[in-house]
Amino acid sequence: MNEPDAALPSGASARANVESETSDADRRSLALTWADPPGWLGALAAINHKTIARRFIATTFASFLIAGLLALVMRLQLARPNNHVVGPDTYDALFTLHGTTMMFLFAVPVMQAVAGYLIPLMVGARSIAFPRMNAYAYWMFLFGCLTLYGAALLGAAPQAGWFSYVPLAGPNYGLGKGPDIWAQMITFTELSALLEAIVLITTILKMRAPGMSLNRMPLFAWATLVTQFMVIFAMPSIMLASTALILDRLVGTQFYNPSLGGDVLLWQHLFWFFGHPEVYLIFIPALGFISSILPTFARRPIFGYTAIVLALIATAFLAFGLWVHHMFATSIPTLGKSFFTAASVMIAVPSGIQIFCWVATLVTGRLNLKTPLLFVLAFFFILVIGGMTGIMLGAVPLDLQLHDTYFVVAHLHYVLLGGAVFPLFGAFYYWFPKVTGRLLDERLGRWQFWLFFIGFNVAFFPMHWLGLHGMPRRIWTYSSGMGWSGLNLLSSIGAATITLSILLFLVNIVRTHWRGEAAGCDPWGGATLEWRTASPPPPHNFDAIPVVHGRDPLWDAPRNPAYVSGLAADAREVLVTTALDAEPDMRPLFPQPSIWPFVSAVATTVLFIGSVFTPWAMVWGSVPVAVTLTAWFWPTRRQTAQALALERKP
Amino acid sequence: MKTSRAFPLLVLRTPLRRAGMARYGRAFASVVPVVAASAARATAPLEHSALAPAGIQAEHIARLWNLTLVVCGVVFAGVLVGVLFALLRRRRAEHTTPPNLTSYAAPERRTQRAVAGASALSVVLLVGLIVADVSTDRALSKLPVSNALHIDLTGWQWWWQAHYAADAGRPAFVTANELHIPVGRPVVIALGAGDVIHSFWVPNLHGKKDLLPGIASTIEFRADREGVYDGPCAEFCGTEHALMALRIVAESPARYAAWAATQSASAAVPTDALAARGMQVFERSPCASCHSVRGTSAQGLLAPDLTHLMSRQTLAAGALPNDAADLARWISDPNAVKPGTTMPAVHLSSPDLQALVAWLTTLK
Repeated sequence: MNEPDAALPSGASARANVESETSDADRRSLALTWADPPGWLGALAAINHKTIARRFIATTFASFLIAGLLALVMRLQLARPNNHVVGPDTYDALFTLHGTTMMFLFAVPVMQAVAGYLIPLMVGARSIAFPRMNAYAYWMFLFGCLTLYGAALLGAAPQAGWFSYVPLAGPNYGLGKGPDIWAQMITFTELSALLEAIVLITTILKMRAPGMSLNRMPLFAWATLVTQFMVIFAMPSIMLASTALILDRLVGTQFYNPSLGGDVLLWQHLFWFFGHPEVYLIFIPALGFISSILPTFARRPIFGYTAIVLALIATAFLAFGLWVHHMFATSIPTLGKSFFTAASVMIAVPSGIQIFCWVATLVTGRLNLKTPLLFVLAFFFILVIGGMTGIMLGAVPLDLQLHDTYFVVAHLHYVLLGGAVFPLFGAFYYWFPKVTGRLLDERLGRWQFWLFFIGFNVAFFPMHWLGLHGMPRRIWTYSSGMGWSGLNLLSSIGAATITLSILLFLVNIVRTHWRGEAAGCDPWGGATLEWRTASPPPPHNFDAIPVVHGRDPLWDAPRNPAYVSGLAADAREVLVTTALDAEPDMRPLFPQPSIWPFVSAVATTVLFIGSVFTPWAMVWGSVPVAVTLTAWFWPTRRQTAQALALERKP
Repeated sequence: MKTSRAFPLLVLRTPLRRAGMARYGRAFASVVPVVAASAARATAPLEHSALAPAGIQAEHIARLWNLTLVVCGVVFAGVLVGVLFALLRRRRAEHTTPPNLTSYAAPERRTQRAVAGASALSVVLLVGLIVADVSTDRALSKLPVSNALHIDLTGWQWWWQAHYAADAGRPAFVTANELHIPVGRPVVIALGAGDVIHSFWVPNLHGKKDLLPGIASTIEFRADREGVYDGPCAEFCGTEHALMALRIVAESPARYAAWAATQSASAAVPTDALAARGMQVFERSPCASCHSVRGTSAQGLLAPDLTHLMSRQTLAAGALPNDAADLARWISDPNAVKPGTTMPAVHLSSPDLQALVAWLTTLK
């Protein structure tokens, strides 16, 4: 951006040091304009991205706690041979709900939820794009969670595994409503995820602060952008698969029935075409966390920015060429399997490049060894083990031995906890002060970290050995003669240690709420724009939109112009910039808070749940959806007048 | 497993190679008479480890495992050394430490070279692993099967039905939940699923192969060492997935031939009165509508063939040891032993049950 002034649309201009000049009156006016309405009705009508994201994160975290408790019951059952804490059907429901919740209701959405909070702040925007759709996506997600757990409490818990293979989940063997509930939960969450993807991609591509060209974008924004494009390509596959499943069960189509020309492997192909990229939907945002946290705590810019961006994109492409490695034990031709072996092994290359760049950043930096960095350092131990076992599972001959054994249980937890949950906890500690204005306690943080790290390895490392020694997955019990008892007990002790660690985290949050240290704008000395504004940020995020001149805007030497001025303070006016170079482009008005996204979500929920019971729900249920959506988009005279008043002829 | 005590994840020595690969051919060509008593077989421990190969296919895989483990271990150690180096340098900072921005002005050539070198090395190692993977795959597909023993295996919720094809003058026969195979001779198993997906897996002998409804598949392997091997169902198949074990007994060709001859015969006619009454109970009760006992009127096709029930080591696909007491327990309340099982409880009077068990225990 050489001459930002010239590029600004008429009415907006970039000026130096506007922040100090932003008057208190303007600041109050901005806060009033962008604040959510008060009262419980106002809470339902809220659309501020920070409000929605806080609810979203809280909901996903509640899912994480519930799914963790389910896992604890499983570990209790497996702690001893021939145990009878739960029976087989309950056990099947437990691991189905655990896997489903962790994957669909925690790991993927939590990454979108965190991005929904951070991305507008990181790219210097007043709001997220499509704020009402963002709210609708959250409500759909919440209602999806409630549907799954409401049904489970009423005795219709799915029991066919989080992968819901047919024919076990089909009309002949998946009795009751469990598999239908599972399939509709997919519809809820995938709808939410697709909408979130659109919201986040638009925010990243069109709402960056002037000067933040793509090659200056924070790496977390890159990771989010790549992930959300993957969502758009991966999710339709599972929606198609689960819709076909529901049709088989509800109206007697035969997509998966081999005796009438259907195919049981069709489900597996569709499921894993989504399911493998899904791992990267969880993993790539976590890589973005690491790339954000490391430079701050190594006190230097990230090493190899371009290499990391290219590695993220390469990972996204390769991730769509691996799905068959979940199906090596089926009857797939050997030559085809070799292709998937090569792709599975080669995806280690871009991950390796990123790891080497991070190690280089660490080695050449000066470390500020705080809790967020500890969680990132654990990544290097745990994720690398998970990556290595992943290379093993990518090899057809090894996979034939290891597939569907406890070795895979160990592998996936090393990858998902090491690759995503440890960095996520690092991110919680890192950005918690931004969200709440208070720092989490460092001492409790270290205790939590070490308990989690040790508990995790005690719980999951023995499972490698168990798998190699013949223990299959998803068994509700085992006999004492198998020689698995000692390590299973050890694993359960590890699970208890993890529980203790999570409890400490909750204690830390509660304690911080009462007497946490005030954070100020920038408690860590970070480089990205979110640390420029107050903690917690005001409703309008920034008093003045910053202008960016480099990759590390808070570390770079100040340059003029530093801020954008001229956006209305009494209207929801935002600056839209061009996709590649982030040159100012338009000043559209954003929508007001509205109850209709919530009401529309309720109407959609009625349709989805109704269709579990009768196909006619699709017909009659669509009427309220159409009505509420129409009300949602109905323009008001006041908004039209305001938009016309703000319009300026070029 | 003796071999792996010190390094539990690594196969330190492979028993097969020490025993001499040459023995495989000989074992089939000349039938070595074995004098082992049947008591020894009953006490043979149940083996279930992928790291203790008892056949050439599992051996190929275990060798690839060793190679991969070493390569991955070295890379893992390399990454850890890098991180530990950064930690041990003790150049600590605070959040107020001004960031070092020199990388903006001058490119960090040394670091760039190190990162590029590490990346290139990992590509080389990974390509090496891919070559090893594909060549192992090739070796697995090259098992000569011209003189193979053919078995059809069908998975049901939650038991295994086996159909041995006619072989060398011996007629075909049906059995369940326990396969016997001769050491040194390849086995081709045609896999099918009766209801949902199951998976065949005997870790000491070979990797997995799924049993898929509507899709035929086969698995080929050879046992080169005598033993009793566990074959749990390895694909989640519903309530009793955990209690669906197949047992594979690999024994000398002579002992195998004797076993197969017994299996292909019909059940012996009961000699004592109690057993004869037990047979009547069986034929009259609902048992006969699901189970078959060749030589009686019971010809049900929905459940395991019981013609030589007592030749098996376990009951209910590995749920119980096979003896008279457990048999009585299983018959009187199947759901207590194997919750969710498709076998219904049959209400029999105590004398009837006693007679039934007495007869069943004669089905050797």
